[in-house]
Amino acid sequence: MSQTLEALQEDIAAGRLKTDELVLNMGPQHPSTHGVLRLELVLDGEAVVKVIPHLGYLHRCFEKHAEAMTYPQVIPYTDRMDYLAAMNNNHGYALAIERLMGIELPERVEYIRVIMAELQRIASHLVAIGTFGMDIGAFTPFLYCFRDREYILDIFERTCGARLLYNYMWVGGLSHDVHDGFEKDVRDFIKRFRPTIKEVNDLLNYNKIFIERTANIGVLPVDVAVSYGCSGPMLRGSGVDFDLRRDDPYSIYDRFDWQVCVGKGEAGTVGDCWDRHMVRVWEMEQSCNIIEQALETFPPGDITEAIPKRIRPPKGEIYTRVENPRGELGYYVISDGSANPFRVKARGPSFVNLSVIDEISRGHLIADIVAILGSIDIVLGEIDR
Amino acid sequence: MGLLDKQFDDGNIVLTSLEGVLNWARLCSLWQMSFGLACCAIEMMAASASHNDIMRFGVLPRPSPRQCDVMIVAGTVTLKMASRVKRLYEQMAEPRYVVSMGSCSNCGGPYWEHGYHVLKGVDRVVPVDVYVPGCPPRPEALLEGWMRLQEKVRDFSLVKPQNGKPQNGRA
Amino acid sequence: MNTKDMFDHLAALFPDLELQLDEDVPCIIVPPDAIREVGLQLRDDEQLLLDSLMCLSGVDFADGTLGVVYHLHSMLHNHKLTVKVVVPVENPHVQTVERVWRTADWHEREAYDLIGVIFDGHRDLRRILNPYDWEGHPLRKDYEVPEFYNGMKVPY
Repeated sequence: MSQTLEALQEDIAAGRLKTDELVLNMGPQHPSTHGVLRLELVLDGEAVVKVIPHLGYLHRCFEKHAEAMTYPQVIPYTDRMDYLAAMNNNHGYALAIERLMGIELPERVEYIRVIMAELQRIASHLVAIGTFGMDIGAFTPFLYCFRDREYILDIFERTCGARLLYNYMWVGGLSHDVHDGFEKDVRDFIKRFRPTIKEVNDLLNYNKIFIERTANIGVLPVDVAVSYGCSGPMLRGSGVDFDLRRDDPYSIYDRFDWQVCVGKGEAGTVGDCWDRHMVRVWEMEQSCNIIEQALETFPPGDITEAIPKRIRPPKGEIYTRVENPRGELGYYVISDGSANPFRVKARGPSFVNLSVIDEISRGHLIADIVAILGSIDIVLGEIDR
Repeated sequence: MGLLDKQFDDGNIVLTSLEGVLNWARLCSLWQMSFGLACCAIEMMAASASHNDIMRFGVLPRPSPRQCDVMIVAGTVTLKMASRVKRLYEQMAEPRYVVSMGSCSNCGGPYWEHGYHVLKGVDRVVPVDVYVPGCPPRPEALLEGWMRLQEKVRDFSLVKPQNGKPQNGRA
Repeated sequence: MNTKDMFDHLAALFPDLELQLDEDVPCIIVPPDAIREVGLQLRDDEQLLLDSLMCLSGVDFADGTLGVVYHLHSMLHNHKLTVKVVVPVENPHVQTVERVWRTADWHEREAYDLIGVIFDGHRDLRRILNPYDWEGHPLRKDYEVPEFYNGMKVPY
C-alpha cells in the first residue's frame, strides 16, 4: 500500500476520506430482541447513529377483542399482553372495572392479590435478570433464575391450575381460593429464595465483566425519562423515587413497610444499564418483605362474595394504573352501559419504555444495543398488544 | 448412551441397517432454531432451562436458520410476521421440520374470531410436522411433541418409494 | 388542584379559546387546533406542571366523531388531568403534541394507525402496529376485516 498510516490519519482529520452510513437490520428473528422486535440500526463504523424500531410483529388486536367480548371475557386477553406478568395485568384490569362499578373487595381478596402480584413480580424479574445475563454472555445465571422461577410457578399452579396465563383475578374477586398449605408454600419459597439473591449477586451482578459491559452504557437522564414517560425500573434506575404502589396507592400496599429502590450509580453513572438491572434485583428483596408482612396478617374469609352476578358498569370512563414489573400499566376503559366495553386502551409500560431506545443508544457500539435492550426488559406482547 | 451400556458380547460388532443408524443419529441431534414469538416462547425457554432440560434430547438452540433442523413456531404468527416465518423456513437446510407450539400457531387460538391481524394457523404458510396443543403448552407437552417428532424421524426411509408405496413397509 | 380549578386557571389564560368543562368524567375539552398551545401551558405552568403524559388514546365515539384523550399527571404536585379533543370523522385533523411530551410520539402513531386520527405536524406519522401497506383503521366501529392480505386469507 502506498499510503502510510500518517497520511491516512491526515486524510481522516482533513475530512478527505469518504465514509458512508451503513444500515443494519436486527430482528425480527434475533436471539436478543426478546421476541419479534425489529430494529433498523444506522451505523457509522461500529458506532450507532440512529435506531429505528419497527413494531407490530406481534400485534394481536387486544383492543379489538376487548370491544367484542364481555367484561369478564377480556381478562384472558389481558393475560396474554404481558405474558411474564399475567397476574399484574389481571389486577390492573379488574381494578379498573371495580372502580367503575364501585365494588368493595373483601380483605382476603386484597391480600391474596397482593401476594400473587408480588410473587409474579419476582418471577418476572427473574426472567429479566436471567435473560439479561444471557444477552451479555453469562449462561449460568439464566439457569439459576429459571430454577427459582419454577418454584413460584408451582405455587400458582397449585392455586389456579395454570403455569403462565392464569385468568385468576376476576372482577370483584378471584377464580379460586388459595390451595391448602398456600401460606407454608410461600413461606418456604421466601426462605429458600432470599439466599439465592446473594447467589445471583455473586455470579452476575458484581462480576467484573458484567459491570464493564453495563456500567456507563445507555445512560438515561431524568428529564428524558420523564418526557418519554418511562416508568418502573427504567425510571427508578435513573434515580427518580417514584413507585405507583406508594405514590398512587391502590389495593392495600399502603399497609406494608417497604422501600422504593432507586439507582444510585454505584458502578458508573446514575441511570445506566447496571442501575436499571440492580433496581430489579433490589425490588425482588422488597417484594419478599411485602409478601412476608401480608402472610403475617392473612385474614380468613370468602373470596367470592363481592363477585357481581351481572357485570355491566354504568356509563362512564376511567383510567386506572398499576405498577407492573416493567412499570406503569394503565387501562383506559369507556363503558356505554352494555355488557361489552365500548373501548379499552392498554398503556403498556414496555411500549413507552422502548420508545426511548433511540435517545439512549446513540454513540454506543452495536454490542451495547443488546445490553440496552436487555436492560429495558421489553415484552413484545405488551408493546404490540 | 446409558441404554446401550454393557449390552453387547465381546467382538464389538453391532448389526443394524444403514437407515437405522442414520435416522438414530439424526433424531438424537435435532437442532432447534432459537426463535420465540409470544407467550409460548417463555414455556419453550422453561423447557430448555433447569427443570425440564430439553438439551438431554440433543437439542441445541441455534440462532441461525441455516444451522437448524427444527423450527418451533412458539406463539402467535401475525400477518406481518408470516412472510418472515416463511423466509426463515426457506433458509433452513433440508431435511427440516416444523413444530407448531400452542393454539395460536395451530389454528389462531383465542384470536381466531376477531384477530384481524393474526394468521389463523401457521400451516397456512409452512408445512407443519407436529402440533402441540395448549395455551400455552406445558414444557412437558413440548417434550412429548418432541418425542413424536423423533418417532417421525425414526421412520424415514432411504429407499425410493415404488408405485407410490414405500419399499420396506414404513412411511 | 382538581379539574374545575385547572379549567378556571386555563380559561383565564386562554380567553379566546372555546374550552369546555365536562363535569361527568371530569375532563377539559380543547379545540383540535389549540391542543399544542394548551399542552405547552399545561406542561410548563408553575401551578400545573403536568409533565408526564400517562396515556394518549384515540377513540371512535360511533356518532360521527373521533376523539383523542390525554391523561396527564404531575410528578411534583401529584395531580391528574384528563383532556379531550373531539374531531369529525370526515376531517380528523388534530395538532400534534409530540414535541410537548415525547411519549406522544408513538401513541399518536398508534392512534393514527388504529383509529385514523391525523396529527398535523407530527414528524414521523407512519403506521406503527399494522404493516405499512395495511388498509383501513381497525378500531373504527365500522371497520370490516379484509378477506385477504398479501395472498393470505385473513378470516378463520
